[in-house]
Amino acid sequence: MEDMSTIVLEQANRLFQQHVNKEVLSAADAGHWPSALWAALDEAGLPLALVPEAAGGVGLAALDVANLIRRAAFYSVPLPLAETMIANRLWTDAGGDPLEGAVTLGPTNNSDRLTVKPQGNGWRLNGIARHVPWGLEVTNLIFAEDESGAGYLARVPASGAASSKRRRNIAYEPRDEISFDDIELGSDDVLKAPAWLTENGLMPFGAAIRSQQMVGAMERCLDYALTYANERVQFGRPIGKFQAVQHMLAIAAGHFAAATAAADTLTQSERLGDDRLAVAIAKARCGEAAGQVAAACQQVHGAMGFTQEHPLHFASRRLWCWRDEWGAEASWQAMIGRTICAVGGEGFWPLLVDPKRKDAVTQA
Amino acid sequence: MRAFRFEPLTLPPEAEAMRRKIRAFLDNERANKRYAAHCTSWSTFDPGFSRRAAAAGFVGMTWPKQYGGGEHSNLERFVVAEEMLAAGAPGGAHWIADRQSGPQILKHGSERARQLILPKIAAGECFFGIGMSEPDSGSDLAAVRTKADKVENGWSINGAKIWTSNAHRVHYLIVLARTEPASENRHAGLSQFIVDTKSKGVSIRPILNMAGGHEFNEVYFRDCFVPDDMLIGKPGEGWTRVTGELAYERAGPDRFMSDTRLLVELIKKVGDTPSERQAVEIGRLVAHFATLRRMSSSIAGLLERGENPVTEAALVKDVGTAFERDVPETIRKLLPIEASLDDDDEYSQALAHVLLYAPSFTLRGGTPEILRGMIARGLGLR
Repeated sequence: MEDMSTIVLEQANRLFQQHVNKEVLSAADAGHWPSALWAALDEAGLPLALVPEAAGGVGLAALDVANLIRRAAFYSVPLPLAETMIANRLWTDAGGDPLEGAVTLGPTNNSDRLTVKPQGNGWRLNGIARHVPWGLEVTNLIFAEDESGAGYLARVPASGAASSKRRRNIAYEPRDEISFDDIELGSDDVLKAPAWLTENGLMPFGAAIRSQQMVGAMERCLDYALTYANERVQFGRPIGKFQAVQHMLAIAAGHFAAATAAADTLTQSERLGDDRLAVAIAKARCGEAAGQVAAACQQVHGAMGFTQEHPLHFASRRLWCWRDEWGAEASWQAMIGRTICAVGGEGFWPLLVDPKRKDAVTQA
Repeated sequence: MRAFRFEPLTLPPEAEAMRRKIRAFLDNERANKRYAAHCTSWSTFDPGFSRRAAAAGFVGMTWPKQYGGGEHSNLERFVVAEEMLAAGAPGGAHWIADRQSGPQILKHGSERARQLILPKIAAGECFFGIGMSEPDSGSDLAAVRTKADKVENGWSINGAKIWTSNAHRVHYLIVLARTEPASENRHAGLSQFIVDTKSKGVSIRPILNMAGGHEFNEVYFRDCFVPDDMLIGKPGEGWTRVTGELAYERAGPDRFMSDTRLLVELIKKVGDTPSERQAVEIGRLVAHFATLRRMSSSIAGLLERGENPVTEAALVKDVGTAFERDVPETIRKLLPIEASLDDDDEYSQALAHVLLYAPSFTLRGGTPEILRGMIARGLGLR
């Protein structure tokens, strides 16, 4: 599969380079869906990258998909590509056929709870999901519970929710509030979730996506900052020759390296989000790094970085959003802390280094 | 940008088997109350512990059997090092010899030096100190002035070294000295020597540290004779040799695990129902810790493959020691317990030890100010 993954990655990278530019990003900021870009990604088979071949997908490994997500984020691809890749994997794992078009995931936080109940041959879906990426535009894959607490995945067409609202994060990515008021769904629109999904819901998968994306966006910010530091001349030399600037960027590079290492860990699980403690560590570490890296890179660019003339803001604004989405650092840190305190002082080290660690994680 | 590489490492089965062995050894040490983990660390000098660890095969693990080694992989050694650190083992007597001096001699020393010294290190009977810094040469290591003049059958060393940990109780120092006068190329004309601390012409003055401990010393050399075969490598190779040695020194898990026992004592003290704030702060520290372990193990993997990732090692040390400094500053806010060296409370003692030793974490093996310069060079800014 190595050849296949190289081909897909190179092709994806080419498409991102070709299609994503300042005009496309500015248009996306203004609410425009980049349909040519989506069509190209769809054509390349990316939505089914993580779906096993036996289930009709491309069958890439988690590591390759993580790299795809990072590259897309490096270019600030203004589409729910990562959400679509994960949604397709979850849906096909639950027994469904690959989904049509772009797909998003919800709920995206621990407070929104959605419910399904059987009705005739089909189902009814109720509840509000907030901050759903492109929730108004694309198919919603919703995690919901029935009365007994059993978990389900519900497929809802974009038009399925009536009183929904457009909301945006500060990168101007759609993060919509979707109201499901007794939405009627067919029998094949709702599938029983596998046990591993029922246990943890979508949070670990969403957090895994954002962790990989932060790595990609941090790399972009640092790229811009290193280039700028070597080009911008003050006091007769490039500002990158000043020790204060060098140290600021060295510290940022340390955060970036640590975040990358933490996000790498997730590629050891099939769907990137299966080891909940590893996800918590990655989201917490990447989130902390994101703030530090964005701040340093903004500072290096001076006033230029604060404008729309330089593209840095596309990446740094995303970092400020992504670190908070699907659980900010504090909520994942608290989960790690409770897990560690539950195993106790002498249990802490053995838990961290146990390669066969079962998810010894308490509910957040 | 040039990406620093920290490829994931999966430890092989023999490394996990070694983990069980070292844990059994350390459990036994603690069960017999041979050391108190809450106030010891890898810099605690305990020759008895080192001898027992050596007898059990945990010193000089990677070296050839003909020199007393165990011919194990670097990854098995990595596991032993991290388990010792996690258990707060007092490995300070053998640590330097095992981590850097021994490997340096094995790679670049004369055959006589290997045969004379390595088996003794592996037996836990021979300890080393580092002779790099001088009174006028700290971070600027190339400015060393200690000189070695060629004499019949050897070299005569004159000068002084400082911050030499354990010089008063180790058997040898590896001394960096000028064998040619300083020139335009500051890195030229330096050489490394193995110096017996009992040699004629060596005198040692103690320097107490702020914690009250005697680790540091100033060491004077006056016409101190060193035989030819105690030169490491060739004359003039000193800068290359010392840089290679520092990579061993910087990359290991001892650069983020110095206060692991304090973290353990904190978790014990907090118990299984932490407050939200305690949970968040402990979670943050553990996220850093787990990530550093991954970076450090990745470097162990690169070393095992024969690579020498100098910049990556500098980066891990910078991030790792910043974390070590952050641990006491963070956790002191989580419990209303004051630090005291003679309190009955183990957490209080552990906190006191770490607070008093923390300033050294970001000095030994290269300061962040030096490391960040190396990282900046790696980033293409220099």
